[in-house]
Amino acid sequence: MSRSHADLVVDDRTRGLFRVDRQVFTDPEILERERREVFGRTWLYAAHESEIPKPGSFVSRRVAGRPLIIVRDDGGGVRVFFNSCTHRGNLVCWESAGQRRSFLCPYHAWSFNLKGELAGLPGAESYSPAFDRKDLALASPPRVESYRGLVFVSFDRAIESLVEYLGDAREYVDLMLDFGGVETEIAPGAQAYSMKANWKLLVENSLDGYHAASTHHRYFGQFLPDIGIDTSAARRTSGGAPAAIGRATSLGKGHTVIETRFPFPLQERAKDELAEIRRRLLDRFGAERTSLMMDANHNLLIFPNLILISMWRTLRTFYPVSPEFVEINAWCMVPRNESPKLRQLRFENFISFLGPAGFGTPDDVAGLEGCQRGFAAINGHAGWSDISRGMHRAEPDASDELQMRAFWRRWHALIQGDRGVTECSDRGPLEAGAA
Amino acid sequence: MPEITRHAVEEFLFHEAALLDEWRLEEWFALVAKDGRYLVPSLDAPDAEPWEALSLISEDHAQLGSRVRQLLGKSAWAENPRSRTRRLVTNVRVLEQSGDEARVTANFAVWRFQMEATDVYVGRYVHQLVRGPSSLLFRERKAVLDLEALRPHGKLSFIL
Repeated sequence: MSRSHADLVVDDRTRGLFRVDRQVFTDPEILERERREVFGRTWLYAAHESEIPKPGSFVSRRVAGRPLIIVRDDGGGVRVFFNSCTHRGNLVCWESAGQRRSFLCPYHAWSFNLKGELAGLPGAESYSPAFDRKDLALASPPRVESYRGLVFVSFDRAIESLVEYLGDAREYVDLMLDFGGVETEIAPGAQAYSMKANWKLLVENSLDGYHAASTHHRYFGQFLPDIGIDTSAARRTSGGAPAAIGRATSLGKGHTVIETRFPFPLQERAKDELAEIRRRLLDRFGAERTSLMMDANHNLLIFPNLILISMWRTLRTFYPVSPEFVEINAWCMVPRNESPKLRQLRFENFISFLGPAGFGTPDDVAGLEGCQRGFAAINGHAGWSDISRGMHRAEPDASDELQMRAFWRRWHALIQGDRGVTECSDRGPLEAGAA
Repeated sequence: MPEITRHAVEEFLFHEAALLDEWRLEEWFALVAKDGRYLVPSLDAPDAEPWEALSLISEDHAQLGSRVRQLLGKSAWAENPRSRTRRLVTNVRVLEQSGDEARVTANFAVWRFQMEATDVYVGRYVHQLVRGPSSLLFRERKAVLDLEALRPHGKLSFIL
């Protein structure tokens, strides 16, 4: 590092200029700090309870690079263990999902029950009296909490509760879960892909209304009209950028959301089914909330790496393997017990845009990989990324970049070891004692 | 009705592979029946139907037609510049015959080169073919990938 961490982000709220040093996308030392200060100090999404419906149901996956088993125990509770034998460290679970009574390490055949306890080991009599099985249960992340089925873990024992952490973002999570009027579950069929790009580029991209008209012209200007959806009115009022008809909101703690209104395939293809759902939602939630769920789209970031997108009912999380490579996993959230026909239409709505074979995501993958290649030019003007759009406006819209600045402000505080309250909006810095 | 022979299926699939590798996508699209569908299941649910699990691709004729037009247009950035592809199609078998239709399978390996990256897509085709006026046609064209994740591929932006 040639500069101090304080200089990585220039946040000039008086002049309305915001820029980020491109070293944050390339420097391995920054990634090391992120592992400790960002991914080590936040709540991270691990799984949804619907993925493990019965006692013994489990999924195993990496969260922030660490192998975890998320399993339903005999009492119906959710437990999370590190997937590493307490004997010599081997994985005790080699499948990504399934149902088990116990987890058997194939190396020396130590076995662990659904509570993580060391239930059996061959030749137990060969150990001294000081050897205590109770000390050798599978370890768990220091904190595990759920919010309405969403299971999060934190590696910071002292972190605030998950509900406190979600804070003002919670009402948007609720909108994301209530949209079917019944319980929401994760559908089978996950997307597992990657980008040769820094993970923070995907945070920005997931919240970027400005790029929709240019990067995604083939979707909004070609695909939707091709299947009979009239986008001309929305495109006329927005200069071709769907997100311009919407707003951006900083939700504090680095959480942030953009709200847009734009036609999407499901509205046309499942008119009758959606009308029925609207009636149910109106009864339960009233007109305003129902419209927010049925007519608006939200791209929501739960800091630092969980993205929920309501137009496509997407839950996406990702983690850096290196400064220049990110692994991405995404799932579809669906209402429980919907008809196969509606479920297929929801799936097709999602994958028409999002995912490695859709008409949106591949162009984002190409674009972000292009940014990463461009960073090799780091020099002069090429040394900074500009994120100033709309900073002078009292109420930034969804094609401005407040939502990215909100992420960056929290990121910048944590990178410097500042875990106090961060003013993430475009307002002036917090006055002393205001927190 | 004469049966649809393995030889005829091979001729058809080899011709199709050449059209795709040469980006002759309009000619290729003419091989898809009007009620034809194009499917690529999720990597972790390879045998699921499109209403049972999220797919990678689940398209009817109109959506697939749009995919073709997008790929031949100027704003599909992921394929601009276009990938070079080379596909090997082998192990062709006719699984079932009935009337004008046959269910066939084949193995594929597609090499893709673009922006200094080399990606390999390996899997099997399971197609429902129907006899058309001048050639066989796809009623269902399904490509089932053997990959565990699209890493480091990142995307599937050409027709598999």
